[in-house]
Amino acid sequence: MSEAPGDGLIAVVKRDCPTCELTVPVLGDLAQRLGVQVYTQDDPGFPETVSDRIDDTALDVSHRLKIEVVPTLIRMAGGQEIDRTYGWDRSEWERVARVTGLGAGLPESRPGCGAKNIEPGDIERLKIRFNETGLKSRRIEIGEGEDDQEAMHERGWSDGLPLVPPTEERVLKMLDGTSRDPQEVVGLIPPTLAPATVEKIAVNAVMAGCKPEYMPVVLAAVEAVLDEAFAMHGVLATTMFVGPVVVVNGAVRRRIGMNSRGNALGQGNRANGAIGRALQLVIRNIGGGRPQEVDRATLGNPGKWTYCFAEDEEGSCWEPLSVERGMQPGQSAVTVFAGFGLQGVVDQKSREPESLCRSFAEALKVMFNVKSAPSADALIVMSPEHERTFRNAGWSKARVYEELYKLSKIPGEELVIGAKGIAEGSPNPRAGVMVDKFRPGGLMIVRAGGGAGMFSGIIGGWSSSGPRGSTPVTKEVRN
Amino acid sequence: MTVLLDPTSEQSPTLRPRLPRPDNLDGLTIGILDIAKARGDVFLKRLGERLGERGIAFKHYAKPTNTRPAPLPLQQQIATEVNLVIEGLSD
Repeated sequence: MSEAPGDGLIAVVKRDCPTCELTVPVLGDLAQRLGVQVYTQDDPGFPETVSDRIDDTALDVSHRLKIEVVPTLIRMAGGQEIDRTYGWDRSEWERVARVTGLGAGLPESRPGCGAKNIEPGDIERLKIRFNETGLKSRRIEIGEGEDDQEAMHERGWSDGLPLVPPTEERVLKMLDGTSRDPQEVVGLIPPTLAPATVEKIAVNAVMAGCKPEYMPVVLAAVEAVLDEAFAMHGVLATTMFVGPVVVVNGAVRRRIGMNSRGNALGQGNRANGAIGRALQLVIRNIGGGRPQEVDRATLGNPGKWTYCFAEDEEGSCWEPLSVERGMQPGQSAVTVFAGFGLQGVVDQKSREPESLCRSFAEALKVMFNVKSAPSADALIVMSPEHERTFRNAGWSKARVYEELYKLSKIPGEELVIGAKGIAEGSPNPRAGVMVDKFRPGGLMIVRAGGGAGMFSGIIGGWSSSGPRGSTPVTKEVRN
Repeated sequence: MTVLLDPTSEQSPTLRPRLPRPDNLDGLTIGILDIAKARGDVFLKRLGERLGERGIAFKHYAKPTNTRPAPLPLQQQIATEVNLVIEGLSD
């Protein structure tokens, strides 16, 4: 730790700065003529022309002097700063030093370099050291002999997989990913309806493995599931399979490197994985929603670890899901859907859109049970090779929806208790009536996936789909 | 030593003791709450009939949907009108 500077001239420099190197003879001159306290940020041996230079490699003095550029020259009087200049500018240095004839032979001016104390990593460490973080979360000290992973598991913070320890430094960096106030309350997280501040969400995003640039997407996803229409409490508490599925649209997808192509719904992409996981950890840790407690799922589904992917907008001939739902093209947005798992739709022969639609409709009809109608909503993930068939035929997305609603209707007599030798079914005789499998608006199509494979997917929804339960919600991603 | 930030809401749940069970139902009014699960209405209607046969006062209530907590006005109405509540929790 360095002593606080006294009155007189102070210079803050680092060796790794050509402008500081340039001023070495000037600093030597000032040291001889007036005396100057030179603080060095990176190399205690620099500058060689000043014998009583002061080691500030801990950057304490630099931080407290709020140095942003080196070299910086400051005049102190009566314990107060009264003058400052930075970079090399002969007339400015002469004004602050109150001498003339400095730096003969040097150029008139040179811009300085960024100070070390404001570099990422250093600035967070210094804010923590000087208690300037503004973070409100309770500090939990993990003992020297304690394994931090085990400590986090024991406290119940984990979804079952290892977590990134949420240190103050990591949380501060995570908060740099958003311009929102760390203490802003984004909403009340069910089931306990505890307030979720941006800071608390950042703590969970760190644990999930997010990078700071993912924060706006995580925040938008949290906002989306807290919309009354999504019914997050019910989605959590139901015995059914569902959890929030997050579809990301717009410019942010590429900016943070999300996967919308090969294996888009699988492992291997950090943003896809960590954003979905962060949302689940927010519900677990802030909201208190845990399996076998308020989460009453009979089986759940693997997507309750994380279920997040991007739409391949560039490859699609259709408007993106977010635009279909009211956003502008290119506008970053998330859509949340209460969904589960993936049912494959394999059709390698259809080259006509009518035939392909019939394949999709037959697959959709068996969701939950062939007797289930009207049934839950469904999200169709259309692969490029299937979409091509519709593109070549000039079919709009609206036309595909229209066909699928029509083709997935089921004759009422097939739905009655006992029909097809299955006891499940409706007690109401509906003979002669074609019954809708899906409510109006109950189907969504998003394009994703690799270029090879005539395989698409159906993500099934919640039996309580629609206004009485959960409807999909789209929210803008704000920085 | 590592210092971590607490990811939870830092709220300890308030433990509230259950009300003591009444020794008998004399003079009490029972609320029968249908949470809108399938066939809950059938079970609860029959329950009401059985209570009526025994001369016990009761009132029927219904949640608009099982997917959300009961609306606050309904919670308040039940709290002010009856002494006990019976609900059907599942299908």
